[in-house]
Amino acid sequence: MNNVNYIGQTLKNLFSKPATVKYPFEPREFPERTRGHVENDMDVCILCGLCQMRCPTGAITVDKKGQTWAIRPFSCIQCRSCVDNCPKKSLSMGQQYQEPGTEKIEKKFDLSDKQKEALAEQARIAVEKAAAAKAAMEAKKKAEAEAAAKATEAAGSTADVKG
Amino acid sequence: MSSRSVIPFGPQHPVLPEPIHLDLVLEDEKVVEAVPSIGFVHRGLESLVTKKDFKEMVYVAERICGICSFGHGFGYCDAVEHIMDIEVTERANYLRTILFEMSRMHSHILWLGLMADAFGFESLFMDTWRIREKVLDMLEAATGGRVIFSILDVGGLRRDIPDDMLKSFLPVLDEIEKELAIDVKAFLNDSAVKSRLCGVGFLSAEQVEKLGCCGPFLRGSGVKRDSRKLGYAAYDDIDFEIITSDDCDTYGRTFVRAQEILQSISIIRQAIEKVPAGEVMVPVKGFPKGEHMTRIEQPRGEACYYVKANGTKFLERMRVRTPTFANIPALTETLQGCSLSDVPILVVAIDPCISCTER
Repeated sequence: MNNVNYIGQTLKNLFSKPATVKYPFEPREFPERTRGHVENDMDVCILCGLCQMRCPTGAITVDKKGQTWAIRPFSCIQCRSCVDNCPKKSLSMGQQYQEPGTEKIEKKFDLSDKQKEALAEQARIAVEKAAAAKAAMEAKKKAEAEAAAKATEAAGSTADVKG
Repeated sequence: MSSRSVIPFGPQHPVLPEPIHLDLVLEDEKVVEAVPSIGFVHRGLESLVTKKDFKEMVYVAERICGICSFGHGFGYCDAVEHIMDIEVTERANYLRTILFEMSRMHSHILWLGLMADAFGFESLFMDTWRIREKVLDMLEAATGGRVIFSILDVGGLRRDIPDDMLKSFLPVLDEIEKELAIDVKAFLNDSAVKSRLCGVGFLSAEQVEKLGCCGPFLRGSGVKRDSRKLGYAAYDDIDFEIITSDDCDTYGRTFVRAQEILQSISIIRQAIEKVPAGEVMVPVKGFPKGEHMTRIEQPRGEACYYVKANGTKFLERMRVRTPTFANIPALTETLQGCSLSDVPILVVAIDPCISCTER
């Protein structure tokens, strides 16, 4: 009678708790590494566009002019490529899976006011630096030209003396 | 003589996990001929290789199939690494072995469940899938994904798996081994199960060799052939024997798969014990140029990956020979002369993965 072997297990299953999680009454506990969806910290993002370049499905759009960062969650394959390539670590993986929807939406995020100011400040500093560098370069060129003129002048005078 | 009739079986059928269509020519209850046709889930993934960067292609390769996801990613990375002469670090090789064996475990446990479902043993089906959930939880903890792992990359692994996490898997493996022993006993000793499996789909060793079968289907007929013995990843340093069965029928194939789950547990234990410290990623510079073919042992059998590169960031050609494709001739062979009630069992016995086969 080999077919009674499994009866013990069947009875155990009959009187034990269900093996499944009673979702949605019990929330699912995710492990730390679960790749659910992509999150962006708009206080840290510098809109460099590397995530857009590295996204294999082209789900991310970075608008530098409009200062927005957008993701199409139904195109995202949760590969973590953008998170790995983010230079400022503003991107991270959230654990909760993407919620279902009736249409393929695009989620758009504006840069935070603080970050907008910071970026504007950085841009201003960069412009100033560039202007200063340009001025320094021009001054250097001028000085070089003057020195060269002087040298030719001096050479001319020595030639005169020699002559 | 009774008249012949044709029954269309699939592509949508309660017993089929994936879409394959069979035209069964019947004489009363007996199948005289089976004509398979595939082509319901073709996605053209191989041609994407000319449109995606060779590093992005890893994500596509992983998505060829959900169950053999890690194997496909691994086969592709291994072929590209050979072309580019990249030596993967020891640690990455060991971690790849561990993840590969875990995916073999979850594939084989899934198959046991499907088989139980095919012969109508629902509580055994539920029980095996309950155990499979533990393997998936381990994979999710290690990689962040339940079936698509996105941890492989050309040159190694994208993320390291810390040693304490690997150690925390050991008690789970003990638990799985203990719980699985009860189910394996039911599969191999239960007289009701045996009456559905023994003698069904007999193919001798000569026949399976002639039909070009691979994987557990081949080993279930007593042929000792396993591509893991080629020694890729860290399989060289790991001690394991090829499991075969001389039953040559569906029972033998079930025996091989059930024993291979236990063998995978032993391989993972050995690998966790031996895993060396170090980096998991080697920097990759330049673009591949040349061609290479890799053979690996997927859960369903031997898979071949051919990659041809021309020195640009886009590859020229990728080709995958999947194990199910090699086993379909054997399926039509076993279906000839069987009873109609045995068709589901024989279809499930080759562990069909049509998504892989069609790509």
